[in-house]
Amino acid sequence: MSQPAVSLSPATSLLPVVPEWRRMLNRVLGHHGLTLGAAVLGLIVLAALFAPWLAPHDPYAQDVSQRMIPPIWHDKGTWDHVLGTDKLGRDYLSRLLYGARISLTIGLVAALISGLIGTTLGVLAGYFGGRVDAVISYIITTRLALPVILVALAMASLVGGSLQVVIILLGLLLWDRFAVVARSTTQQLRDAEFIASAKVLGASTPYILVRELLPNILSSLIVVVTLEMAHAILLEATLSFLGLGVQPPLPSWGLMVAEGKAYMFFQPWVIAVPGIALMILVLAINLVGDGLRDMNAPEGRN
Amino acid sequence: MLAFVVRRLLVALSVAFTVSVVSFMLLHLSGDLATSIAGPEATAEQVEDIRKQFGLDQPIVMQYLHWLWDALHFDFGRSYYFQDTVMGLIGERLPITLTLGGIALAVATLIAIPLGVLAAIKQDTWIDRLALLIAVIGQAMPSFWFGLALIVIFAVNLHWLPAGGNATWQHFILPAIALGYYATPAMMRLTRTGMLEVLGSDYIRTARAKGLNERTVIFKHALRNAVIPVVALMAVELGFMLGGSVVIESVFSLKGLGQLAWDAIARNDYPVVQAVVLIIAVFYIALTFLADVINAMLDPRLRVR
Repeated sequence: MSQPAVSLSPATSLLPVVPEWRRMLNRVLGHHGLTLGAAVLGLIVLAALFAPWLAPHDPYAQDVSQRMIPPIWHDKGTWDHVLGTDKLGRDYLSRLLYGARISLTIGLVAALISGLIGTTLGVLAGYFGGRVDAVISYIITTRLALPVILVALAMASLVGGSLQVVIILLGLLLWDRFAVVARSTTQQLRDAEFIASAKVLGASTPYILVRELLPNILSSLIVVVTLEMAHAILLEATLSFLGLGVQPPLPSWGLMVAEGKAYMFFQPWVIAVPGIALMILVLAINLVGDGLRDMNAPEGRN
Repeated sequence: MLAFVVRRLLVALSVAFTVSVVSFMLLHLSGDLATSIAGPEATAEQVEDIRKQFGLDQPIVMQYLHWLWDALHFDFGRSYYFQDTVMGLIGERLPITLTLGGIALAVATLIAIPLGVLAAIKQDTWIDRLALLIAVIGQAMPSFWFGLALIVIFAVNLHWLPAGGNATWQHFILPAIALGYYATPAMMRLTRTGMLEVLGSDYIRTARAKGLNERTVIFKHALRNAVIPVVALMAVELGFMLGGSVVIESVFSLKGLGQLAWDAIARNDYPVVQAVVLIIAVFYIALTFLADVINAMLDPRLRVR
């Protein structure tokens, strides 16, 4: 997918030397999608981290006298509840802020678990080739044939849905792309000179794989991390929406859509607010991922 | 080519077999099915009765072989919840899901290919960027939420289309849009890349040099070649859509295979769950096999592996 070294055109090497980090920064800022995505994602991460200080109300505090207050842009909205309240009178903005913690945690942890599984499988298949590759490729093909949502739903139903269960299930199911990318990038580097010289120097195979190979395929894998984070966040929302993911009263955004569903005909904002939050988060992550991919492949996108 | 097809077919069959083992084991090992079926209020005796009645007291390998033998004869047993055989239920529901998948694929194609062609012709202009933006936003929307939004806008506010059910063909339009939209980004990008590649080739230059008008060049010469890999991708996307039907069908209360799976999961009706997982996996395997064959016909280098 990408070469390990950043290639320089002859013209730039004649220019005064620009520090590496400055060049990287310029490239990042020159890429509007990446800048925008990173800025939005950064804001959401900050909002999630500082939710206890930012949230105007307790996200779990119910108040029957304050049910279904519309957001501020409606005539009946109040500044006390900027994004309104749900059917139990809980402040929507506060729930949204705490919900960002759930989405981000699930996205990150699930992507790390699946990254560990997929990278291990992919690197082994790509480095050893032959039978190892045949077996691992077969495992990948089998995994791809399993319908993820159905299997996740069926297992969550048997084990009982919860935050931990969703994280583990998604971590165990979403490793396929990591394996495919790690396998093909490893195949490209397997016969590279730096690997050969490490072998000549007598480095052990684990050392070569972890210390020599892994750092060089990391940039491709980080793109997959963003893709799978977005994927896991959407799947968590879906599982929670269907009632088999994160359980009430936790403010998962998917769950908020499910709880608002009965009111959507007359008060569409109850599903619009958490849905748009999900969309912005996933969009930001995807923009970062697309931007990183473009930077890995200097020739341009696709 | 024949050797390639036979080899791929054997792989596909063995993957289907492995999937049947994996899905069976996953469902049997992730919890005690007898306890789940009996429900929380059942006594220990009742649980034991159920265990015997459903053959869950036998070794798991025997249970699997038994199930596989019947499955190979298209017998997936009886549903625990619905008063019907699993095959009967599937025969009733599958046509609805296939109709939904077919219309969804048509919707995806009608959006993706024109947009992809347009983006390629107008490369690096605002039209190209807009098309890419639509693709990126499409990937970011949760499908269940997009479905609900379609209901609120087109069924509730505009009264153009029905919100749920499957009585007429109009009932399939909104769910098909919701399902098909997710296949568009990948198809659009592939159309765009394919078109860019073809438009830069020699025979297009020849066609232009002959003085053919641009429309003929693009639609008769370029698109025809650029679109074949997209057809292969369409097959794979249809497989994904069948898997995703569980979400869309539950949003639109469409009584298809996905809804059946969802009902069965909620009621621990695991013969149905197992059968649906296997059938959707087999469809996916068959469709990817088709895609492999299409791609191999196009690119002889792929046949060697």
